Amino acid sequence: MSTRLATGGRLVDRSSDIRFTFNGKSFRGHEGDTLASALLANDQMLVGRSFKYHRPRGVVASGAEEPNALVNLGRDTTHEPNQRATTTELFNGLQATSQNHWPSLDYDIGALNWLFGRFLTAGFYYKTFIHPRPFWKHIYEPFIRQSAGLGRAPDPETRDPDTYEHFYAFVDVVVIGGGVAGLQAAKAAADSGAKVLVMEQTAHWGGRAPVDGGTIDGMAPGGWVNKTVEALEGMENVALRTRSMGAGVYDHGYVLGYERLTDHAPFLKGPRHRLWRIRARQIVTATGAIERPLSFAGNDIPGVMLASAVRDYLVNYGVIAGQRTVVVTNNDDAYRTAIALKQAGLQVPAVIDARQMGGGALMEEAKSLGIRVETGRAIAKVKGGKRVTGVAICAMAGGGAMLEEIKCDAVAMSGGWSPVVHLWSHCGGKLTWDEDHAFFRPDPERAPTSHDGLPFVTVTGSANGEMDLKSVLEDADKAGKSSRKAAGGKPRRFAPPKGESVEEVPLRPVWLMPENAWDDLRMKAWLDYQNDVKVSDVQLAAREGYESVEHTKRYTTLGMATDQGKLSNINGLATLAASLGEEIPQVGTTTFRPPYTPISMGAIAGEARGEIFQPIRKTPIHAWHEKHGAAWEPVGHWRRPYCYPQQGESKHDAVHREVLATRNSLGLLDASTLGKIIVKGPDAGRFLDMLYTNMMSTLKPGRCRYGLMCTENGFLTDDGVVARIDEDTFLCHTTTGGADRIHAHMEEWLQTEWWDWKVYTANATEQFAQIAVVGPNARKLLEKLGGMDVGKDMLPFMAWADGTLAGFPVRVYRISFSGELSYEIAVPANLGRAFWDKIVEAGQEWNITPYGTEALHVMRAEKGFIMIGDETDGTVIPQDLGLHWAISKKKEDYLGKRAQTRSHMADPNRWQLVGLETVDGSVLPDGAYAVAAGKNANGQRNTQGRVTSTYHSPTLGKGIAMGLVHHGPDRMGEIIPFIKDDGETVVEAKIVSPVFFDPEGEKQNV
Amino acid sequence: MEMLTLECPYCGVQADETELHAGGEAHLTRFGPGSSDADFEAYLFMRENPKGVHFERWRHVNGCGKWFHAARCTMTLEVFGTYPAQTAEPPKKIRDAITAKRPGWTWRELS
Repeated sequence: MSTRLATGGRLVDRSSDIRFTFNGKSFRGHEGDTLASALLANDQMLVGRSFKYHRPRGVVASGAEEPNALVNLGRDTTHEPNQRATTTELFNGLQATSQNHWPSLDYDIGALNWLFGRFLTAGFYYKTFIHPRPFWKHIYEPFIRQSAGLGRAPDPETRDPDTYEHFYAFVDVVVIGGGVAGLQAAKAAADSGAKVLVMEQTAHWGGRAPVDGGTIDGMAPGGWVNKTVEALEGMENVALRTRSMGAGVYDHGYVLGYERLTDHAPFLKGPRHRLWRIRARQIVTATGAIERPLSFAGNDIPGVMLASAVRDYLVNYGVIAGQRTVVVTNNDDAYRTAIALKQAGLQVPAVIDARQMGGGALMEEAKSLGIRVETGRAIAKVKGGKRVTGVAICAMAGGGAMLEEIKCDAVAMSGGWSPVVHLWSHCGGKLTWDEDHAFFRPDPERAPTSHDGLPFVTVTGSANGEMDLKSVLEDADKAGKSSRKAAGGKPRRFAPPKGESVEEVPLRPVWLMPENAWDDLRMKAWLDYQNDVKVSDVQLAAREGYESVEHTKRYTTLGMATDQGKLSNINGLATLAASLGEEIPQVGTTTFRPPYTPISMGAIAGEARGEIFQPIRKTPIHAWHEKHGAAWEPVGHWRRPYCYPQQGESKHDAVHREVLATRNSLGLLDASTLGKIIVKGPDAGRFLDMLYTNMMSTLKPGRCRYGLMCTENGFLTDDGVVARIDEDTFLCHTTTGGADRIHAHMEEWLQTEWWDWKVYTANATEQFAQIAVVGPNARKLLEKLGGMDVGKDMLPFMAWADGTLAGFPVRVYRISFSGELSYEIAVPANLGRAFWDKIVEAGQEWNITPYGTEALHVMRAEKGFIMIGDETDGTVIPQDLGLHWAISKKKEDYLGKRAQTRSHMADPNRWQLVGLETVDGSVLPDGAYAVAAGKNANGQRNTQGRVTSTYHSPTLGKGIAMGLVHHGPDRMGEIIPFIKDDGETVVEAKIVSPVFFDPEGEKQNV
Repeated sequence: MEMLTLECPYCGVQADETELHAGGEAHLTRFGPGSSDADFEAYLFMRENPKGVHFERWRHVNGCGKWFHAARCTMTLEVFGTYPAQTAEPPKKIRDAITAKRPGWTWRELS
């Protein structure tokens, strides 16, 4: 059984008492425990079920590489799936539940999958569930999704109660990893004043060194770590962060860090996670190495753990996985585990060493402690179900004939170490295969390079393939100094600290144990615990023709999901290489992508949530709309009133009322959101002639002209009224959503094509409130306000004038988007609200009615005016919309002119704008297509047109629509069939003129 | 995540990509009315897609608002230099900087 020893555990405070629950059952642990160490201390070996076969799974590792011990943490609003028990620090009240089992962890129905394991091989889903086609969507997929899956997503209706933040940092050197290598590199870089940030993903400095032993400058590694951290803490130019992971390395020295501030202590105030957005001149990654499992049958049974993890739990937490631990290895390092266990008074029945000649000094030390060492041996298979009961021993050479069975309740395995090269690889650093150590290490000749073409990442310590204390520290010192130099400083010439550790002899690469394991053993030799991928699966994939490691990954799921193959990758690709008869470096690795371990969505969002996710733009009159019950519509970043429903009134009725009140008496619109761009300079007219399809340079000061803007592709992109202020100055109105885009469009052409033209532009949209006073009584209202002549002669249609109204300085444009007598009045933004209030007050005698965007849309549609975004969608040219009158024939050039002469643009078969009136008076569905005879090549109905705008017209008392129809203008009076959303029901509509109301313009021109 | 830095030649700041707006290939020649279909099509649609030296347009959109050009390597993201957009071709200084780093480079008719 796993338990906590009476003594030991350098990280736990034995005087503390921490209570937590796992699957509802209460447990106790200590401060300093991880959830994994506390579960093991309570003999909770079984922590989850595997993804496909639902095999029982126990803790296998002690850090971020853990593939098995994934749990749901918290509940309700704080519920979070897939949290690694090995990196979860214990706190009072922690609630964890296991994942991927049904109905319970101990009795899982899905485990029956194992009985069919012979059939659930690589690519099983692909091969089996293809036919019949509809079954996938309706039967196979729902079933598979219910029985598989890692963890449970939080309820979509819950809201995360925690807060998150982003943090920006600019440093000379960022050091990722706070083991002895990281600390020494930081020290060497910081000694001469470089600004250094050190990030360590765990809560502790020093990494593995305090567990693995040796000496540094004659001190125990723990003592040296304390001394060095203290020195660094005393330096003003150094920042040290624990619980902070270097998540990713990106272009030009950009680093993402992920700090977990309160996960270990949820009662603390402040943000839970912090995303560090770091720009560093140089990056040192000292991310250590991860031990590899060995591939033997039953290596997934709870109680089989990495040798280093067994040592970690013993030394750090005083916790053991079992009373009798068999150690199996291909290298010297695992002997440290055997020695540590033996010295703690535990039984080590044997060390099984795959090497014929065994190991070096560490083996001798183990032997001298009375530990039995078997060389040239292997584990044929592990015995046991939900926990280890023994191991069958065989010769390493051969197929697995049992020589002996050894009773034990834990197995500590070591297949060698793999440097953590992830961050080096994120931004393009290349790897080289190290034959001697059988691992990939960074190739310093092929480093990631920055904007200056020079390397900006240095890997050091065991991440760089340096595996003994002496070379780790020397390498780290060198890395710190060289990065300081590369960051533009001069390092000081301090000597590196002196590391001493027991010398080791080379490992023997072992990718399968025993060497020629029989079929039934290979089918139980796990490569990837999390995704249930076995040696036999990768071999099958190779036989089926999967040669690329990337394809094999996706076919077998090797190295996918939350751990991204931190344990399994090298073993998997070595297996693939052996199956293909190739060398490992030829097969290569899959791509390392950030983040190193999963980071929370909350951290990515940071403060950008709720109201500040996307700040809302408000007009000066916004508060009035709010007070008067506006139903809002988002338009760009603005909120505009859609309509103003009165008590008990539906939106539809409100729009109806607003339209009729405006048409019959007086309406009022907040048009402040319309873009207002000032274009000024001697070449302003010439410039606008290029931007608009019509001629703007001939516009007289004091007059307005409606204009169309196209992209160089010829497509209509914006429209609006241009007013000429004086000889050199124009004011261009744009659509509400188009102001910033059109301003940028103007600047682009001015700066990059016509840079010698003397023109300036300024976006004055927010400098003015603009209010449209609309309806037959509009002039009477303005006359009542008084201050300037707004009569027909002084201010005719499409003219503008400066003056005062009711004492407000105003610019009045006599323009109309409704077909009514209409004035748009601009006042300085700070006076907007007061002026609006004045109008509302003065307009009472005509029942002045504020209207929203929907009434605006209805009235413009009644008049057949197009709306950018309704009649246009990026594929429509002005000629499609019958706007030839707004396209100058005299101008030699304008943006889009050449494109509009391309053969497809000039094609008479392009769909053209018409009005549409349903035969039964109903409203056509928006976007509906008119069908035509026959089917196209895809078996779909042919079409002959589509609806672009459709409304109920209160003025006309029936449905009206606009649409683009093949040869539309030539087919007036023809009835064509439109199809409703159900894909069947036909609605017949007559092709008519798009101008439904007052075609002569009698109302607006009075 | 692309996270380039480019020096804005107008305000001199080393700008993060979040401050910038990418504007596609630089030094296009505009073809207008009267041009041939082939010329116009090439102007509108045909773009270089080099693995190596490239000239691009960028705008310091969340900064000074100016358009500028960048010469950089699409493979290593090395930046050879940035310069104002008001030019029909890269200045000699930029071309020399590229030659120093990538002897024998070519891009469209430039080398």
